Amino acid sequence: MSTDSQALWTRARVFQDKFAALGAVVTDADVLQPAGTLLDLYGEDIRARAFTTHDALRGELMMRPDFTVPIVQQHMAIGAEPARYTYVGKVFRQQEQDESRRTEYVQVGYEVFDGSNPAAADAEVFAAMAELLNDLPVTASTGDIGILRAAVQGLATTDRRRAALMRHLWRPRRFKALLDRFGGRTPMPASRAALLEQADPMADLPPLLGLRTESEIALRIDALRDDASSDPISNVERDLMDALLKVRETAPNALTALRDISVDLPSIGVAVDRLAARLDALSARGIDVDALPFEASYGRTSMEYYDGFVFGFAADAELNLPPVATGGRYDALTTVLGGGTGVPAVGGVIRPDLVAIAEGAQ
Amino acid sequence: MTLKLGVPSKGRLMDKTFDWFAARGVTLRKSGSDREYAGAVDGIDGIELVLLSAGEIPRELDAGRIHLGVTGSDLVREKLSSWDQRVVEIAKMGFGGADLIIAVPNAWIDVDTLDDLDAVAAAFRANHGFRLRIATKYHRLVRDFLRENGVADYQLIDSQGATEGTIRNETAEAVADITSTGETLRANGLKILSDGMIHSSQATLFRGRRRGWTQEQRNTLKALDEKLSD
Repeated sequence: MSTDSQALWTRARVFQDKFAALGAVVTDADVLQPAGTLLDLYGEDIRARAFTTHDALRGELMMRPDFTVPIVQQHMAIGAEPARYTYVGKVFRQQEQDESRRTEYVQVGYEVFDGSNPAAADAEVFAAMAELLNDLPVTASTGDIGILRAAVQGLATTDRRRAALMRHLWRPRRFKALLDRFGGRTPMPASRAALLEQADPMADLPPLLGLRTESEIALRIDALRDDASSDPISNVERDLMDALLKVRETAPNALTALRDISVDLPSIGVAVDRLAARLDALSARGIDVDALPFEASYGRTSMEYYDGFVFGFAADAELNLPPVATGGRYDALTTVLGGGTGVPAVGGVIRPDLVAIAEGAQ
Repeated sequence: MTLKLGVPSKGRLMDKTFDWFAARGVTLRKSGSDREYAGAVDGIDGIELVLLSAGEIPRELDAGRIHLGVTGSDLVREKLSSWDQRVVEIAKMGFGGADLIIAVPNAWIDVDTLDDLDAVAAAFRANHGFRLRIATKYHRLVRDFLRENGVADYQLIDSQGATEGTIRNETAEAVADITSTGETLRANGLKILSDGMIHSSQATLFRGRRRGWTQEQRNTLKALDEKLSD
């Protein structure tokens, strides 16, 4: 082991000790994880990010791209709330675009499974990371996927459209395309219009092939007819959605802007109240909330399992580093991995290698 | 030091490549018997012919074991990540054309666009309990394309041949495959998505990165460039 590497692991253990001192149980996870679970969660895209390998008995395996999934599984299998965990170890990520990014690096994590006061738990994780980065020139970013979800759920449109938008919340391009179509801003594709003009499109169905059945095709056509006869999402709601996605201010200003939006989009009211409670909890932990940036779209492209509070800490942009620490709330993930029963959970990870680089650049 | 030119070692692609170079005053030929993978070059000095499988040419170019190579533009994009930082297109050669497309059964009358495919993938997963399967051998190209276009809830199934048959065999629901005329797809009861063109491929002359090239090799490339642009 080189001295660099020794220093790195020493630093990692110091971080872990701090998390342990907050009451976290030291835990670990296997490097090799069943690929099926990760593929079901993240879809095929995970193949471009994780390293896949194979074992004759166990089938396809992935080198853990993060700890969160196995830690949640462990907790759902044997844990009881409230619980706090910390772990340290390498994660493995393919870097197809940028050769300067590392394919394996050490993460130290802190995960909190405690539903008694979600705002306090959010603040606890954020403050724990901020504490370790106290002396460094890092910039925090925060966001809240829960507000976006609430906004979509509150749209005055069909369940099907809301579900389609919700499914693509993490794919901004597809999300916008759907919103444009549901809002009547882009015309229906010509092929679909032609299909729906037929009195009985199923009448001359070509021979079926494969597993998708005739009734599945008929149901989809019914759904398309339904959709075609539904009113478009109103311009008012569409503009509110745009305004919401653009909110990017210091936290108190963002809160005011979101309160204004919630007058016309009342569905986000509860989520905005949660943001307010979180800011109070952060403030109580000594975070300078008045200077804390908040961005409504933060975390939409990279952090698929987060569904509430999201945050990251970035080093000086000139260093061209990935975020030094990231985290967020992932209540829904615990439900998926817990087979229907979930627990409120929030966590974060910090990278000692990047902390060292940021420190060295000072 | 010679410049090594990698050319597909058999079939129409080899013949057409030989014709293409011959039309530009560079004669490539197999030396010795037809089974031997050694070659000779006339009409220009300093170039050595290396006969390889078209599928290996991208990797050999990337590794610097050959300096120039003729292969399908689809293969370069599939086999090399950030391909445009690793190799440079010298000339599109105008043959070996084929399109990488997505096709679904004709009976899917409700599916014509990627938007439809995505909606069907979501419903299919809910109904069948697994993600809609797309058979292909072009994993990277297809995955990048579908991500770019926001299609989710699918899985790629590896198919190295007879891909069109996978739907009939119920090992896939859709295919992403190379086609030049669409004939095989039609014969198998499949139709192409109207916005499912992933890449329009043709035989292309590539060069690798010039790091470590000698002046002599650089001069040879210049001489070749002049012949090709005549």
